[in-house]
Amino acid sequence: MIKKALAVLLLAQLCTILFSFLSVYQEPTSLNAVSSHYIHNEPKELGAANAVTAVVVTYRGLDTLGEVTILFAASVVVGLLMFLHKNESAPRRDGSELLKTGASLLFPLILLFGAYVFINGHLSPGGGFQGGAIIASALMLTILANPNRHVGHGFFWAIESISGFVFVLLGIAGLVLAGGFLDSRVLPPGTFGHVASAGLIPVIYIFVGLKVGAELSSVVLSLHGKSEGGVQHHD
Amino acid sequence: MTSTIAMTTGILLVLIGLFAILTQKDLIRIIVGFSIFDIGVHVIMISIGYISDATAPIIENLSQLGQSYVDPVPQALVLTAIVIGLGISAFMLTFAVFMFKKRGSLDINSFRDLKW
Amino acid sequence: MEIFLIIFAVLTVASALIAVATTKKAVSILAAGVMGLFASIVFIFLAAPDVAMTEAAIGSGLTTFIFFFALNRVKSDRAQGGADD
Repeated sequence: MIKKALAVLLLAQLCTILFSFLSVYQEPTSLNAVSSHYIHNEPKELGAANAVTAVVVTYRGLDTLGEVTILFAASVVVGLLMFLHKNESAPRRDGSELLKTGASLLFPLILLFGAYVFINGHLSPGGGFQGGAIIASALMLTILANPNRHVGHGFFWAIESISGFVFVLLGIAGLVLAGGFLDSRVLPPGTFGHVASAGLIPVIYIFVGLKVGAELSSVVLSLHGKSEGGVQHHD
Repeated sequence: MTSTIAMTTGILLVLIGLFAILTQKDLIRIIVGFSIFDIGVHVIMISIGYISDATAPIIENLSQLGQSYVDPVPQALVLTAIVIGLGISAFMLTFAVFMFKKRGSLDINSFRDLKW
Repeated sequence: MEIFLIIFAVLTVASALIAVATTKKAVSILAAGVMGLFASIVFIFLAAPDVAMTEAAIGSGLTTFIFFFALNRVKSDRAQGGADD
């Protein structure tokens, strides 16, 4: 009880501090210098219509590389710990006929939508992270429909490592042929607003999408676990 | 005004999430509190980047550059932060399942090894 | 315009409160997922469609299912009698 009272007291203090910051906050009416530079020079420099994509892939590309590395580490640890403690439960009940048919019908369409989202990431809202999440949710739908089917991790690890390798190679290509690491001006900018424009940005985002999709799928697969019966090992 | 409302929402979510982290006993509920906290921080960051009466930073044609756009940098940072948040949640849930297999309980009062 | 933002902000905070206050774990996880969905609508009002898409797909879709998978593992262990609680 005293713990709860202490927590409430702490939160009340934090609330006072945060709301006193909020009371003096003025909504800005113009961009700061860095963002204004990004918005106004990016269409001529890089040629991507979506400024967020340009910031994610090129201006802050190193952040994205670090981020997919963190996600990779998380998925490896989740897979390892779940492998050490396999779930030996009874076979799960299959999904209904409606769910199974619907899942097999929708699976290719959801994959196609995910690919659409990350190929058009430089023109419209969307990109590698969203597309990867959509691909992982397509996989999750098939898992829910057929919980007893064995899905191997090997395929996802292969896609993950190949796209990560290509991502770094494209970054080095920017270092050699253009201004710096992950510079997208290796290819010509093309016509503003077309799919094949903005230099390397769509190419890099496709590989980011594949990598994120494979990593999220592998996290989902590991946490779901396989119910194969098999050997019992308790320690 | 818009950003003030959103920032209030974010601060309330942060406080609710911290309250859950501090007072709940169950590991999975603590992780739910963490994900509420996470979303609250994202809402605050996005509302800091909001400019009055501005549109999304998607440029339709090159002649429109005089129009006012919201700040794209916080959006890019939050984009990566959401994905990392999922990775961290999965990581913590794995540890919760691991602890359950070792101890047979998710209650934090039953983990007393480091208590002296 | 702002009245809609206030409605969705109130819904977001309300679902977060439900997630913390409820006694059932499954309801708590679902309420956190619904909160992510409302938060993605708040992101649209803040002119951030990219973030709204990511939040809807990851924050409310995948996270909810990952929580349920973990809960399912804990429950199936408890049902097996491998754990004594």
